[in-house]
Amino acid sequence: MTVSTKEIAAAMPVQGRKVRFDWVPYLFILPHFLFFVVFAAFPFFLGLFISFFEYDILRPEATQFVGLKNYLSLFTRGTVEFPVFWNALINTIEFVLMSVPFLVIIPLFLALLLNTNLSGKNVYRAIYFAPWVMSSAVIGLLGFWIFQSQGGLLNYYLKDLGIDTPRWLSSMPWAWVSILIVTVWWTSGFNMIIILAALQNIPATLYEAASIDGASWWQRFRYVTIPQLRPVLVFIVIITIIASFNLFAQPLFMTNGGPAQSGGGGSTEPIMLRIYNEGFVRNRMGSGAAMSFVVALIMIFVSYFNFRLFRTRE
Amino acid sequence: MTTINEPNVVQRVSRDWQQSHRFQRIILYAVLTAIALLVILPLLWMLSTSLKPKSEWFLPQIYWIPRTFTWNNYQKILDNDSLPIARWFFNSIFVSSTVTVLILIIDSTAAYAYARMEFKGKRMLFGLLLATLFLPGIMFLVPNFLTVTKLGLLNNYAGVIVPGLAGVFGVFFMRQFFESLPKELEEAAYIDGATRVETFLYIALPLAKPALATLGIITFLASWNDFLWPLLVLKDRELLTLPPGLRTLQGAYTSEYGQMMAGAVITSIPVLFLYILLQRYIVESVQTTGLKG
Repeated sequence: MTVSTKEIAAAMPVQGRKVRFDWVPYLFILPHFLFFVVFAAFPFFLGLFISFFEYDILRPEATQFVGLKNYLSLFTRGTVEFPVFWNALINTIEFVLMSVPFLVIIPLFLALLLNTNLSGKNVYRAIYFAPWVMSSAVIGLLGFWIFQSQGGLLNYYLKDLGIDTPRWLSSMPWAWVSILIVTVWWTSGFNMIIILAALQNIPATLYEAASIDGASWWQRFRYVTIPQLRPVLVFIVIITIIASFNLFAQPLFMTNGGPAQSGGGGSTEPIMLRIYNEGFVRNRMGSGAAMSFVVALIMIFVSYFNFRLFRTRE
Repeated sequence: MTTINEPNVVQRVSRDWQQSHRFQRIILYAVLTAIALLVILPLLWMLSTSLKPKSEWFLPQIYWIPRTFTWNNYQKILDNDSLPIARWFFNSIFVSSTVTVLILIIDSTAAYAYARMEFKGKRMLFGLLLATLFLPGIMFLVPNFLTVTKLGLLNNYAGVIVPGLAGVFGVFFMRQFFESLPKELEEAAYIDGATRVETFLYIALPLAKPALATLGIITFLASWNDFLWPLLVLKDRELLTLPPGLRTLQGAYTSEYGQMMAGAVITSIPVLFLYILLQRYIVESVQTTGLKG
């Protein structure tokens, strides 16, 4: 049976004909769009709006317009917010810089190991990925137990090996090292899976040609694998930076942002924990919103910068 | 780059490869297994601690397999009325299932319209959805908390569920799927006189089952594991879901690690079980989508 496009057009309701207002598509998008407007589009403006106010959700009557004060106090020495905000922001940036290389190189290494025709490699793949399906709360609580200096699993084995056992969660830089290790354990599998998929898409002919040209293992890796992987590695770097910026549960459970330091703010307090404390523990919503806008701006800038870097190299 | 058609060249290359790599293969297995152990041991330690009496948590000697198996830690947290973990478990089930079902419904209908229907403002509206993909989630915490409070949904399951329905990932994911379907089936339905709603319900949706399953699993996992948002919204202890519940558990049992680990096991078992059952689905969905959001 052959049907002309004209017949189809005639059969399809409304399409292409001016009858009356076609409301069916709007009904289809409406439920999602309502939620979207209230909880994804509008919050952008509400957040900006509230950041110009001194606002305590428990004392709404005390609300007052303060203009740019919530922003200015983040950039003025001597305010209460200045040291704690920058402490947390710098902590977070340090964590991003520390964690991203590990979270790219280890998954890349794992993916390369699994990118062979080994039997049973799917089992290994499944095991490496497994921690990722658990909640950050479980990861944090488990880290809290394993890194205990008294009775924790890690120090037990370190003692066995005759290695000096640090107080992991309450001394620096070990508190950060603990959080880093736990995070690498939790999320490496995720990045590995994505890199592995990209590896499997590299045409085998490229490797064969390289072998015939006498390329060594390293040369094949350097001149075939890495250039072929570049787009996915850039993608991984971007999403990992964002994920590391959002660090929250691990320090909350493991160190509660501590150990405390003399300059104010905790040594392992990330920016998410600072915003949480500012907005939801101290109930200073306006200031919390201002902080999150400044951080969001930084995150958008970093992602854009990464993206550009990648585009110009293409 | 030349393509190789000569079979003997390919064979020779691969034979050389196999021979020189037989020994390396053994080493590779050893390395892979060692890493697998490193990955899995913390989980076993969690389970092991939860099944031990307190006297074995801190022993000078560590036993991976408890000398005395005990359900006591589970018993204790299940019996503790001020930490109703059984209730949290059902709260988690309720919240995650509701989020999953609602997202599947509203996202697939919206996605179908964006993929297959023409309407005024479609490009603009879809562009608006796209734009929010670039906004970090951190910006939404304070304003969404205020909105939820204003709507009277604070300390209420709805307050946990509803903001998640605004997500755009599911719409993009389903739209991409609908666009990949051949148009002919739907066109045949129109010729038979079906309306668009009927075509969507009886033609497009049944074809979308694999995509819906993938979206459903990802949504359920993400909702089950969500920690920060329910921590903000839910205040009453009876209403907590498991992840924020674990924080309460940690506060209540400052050094009762057996109880804490029992809570962690209870929180993880459903997702690990799902993972073991649907491993291929989950891994492949992560691979194909890169999982944004």
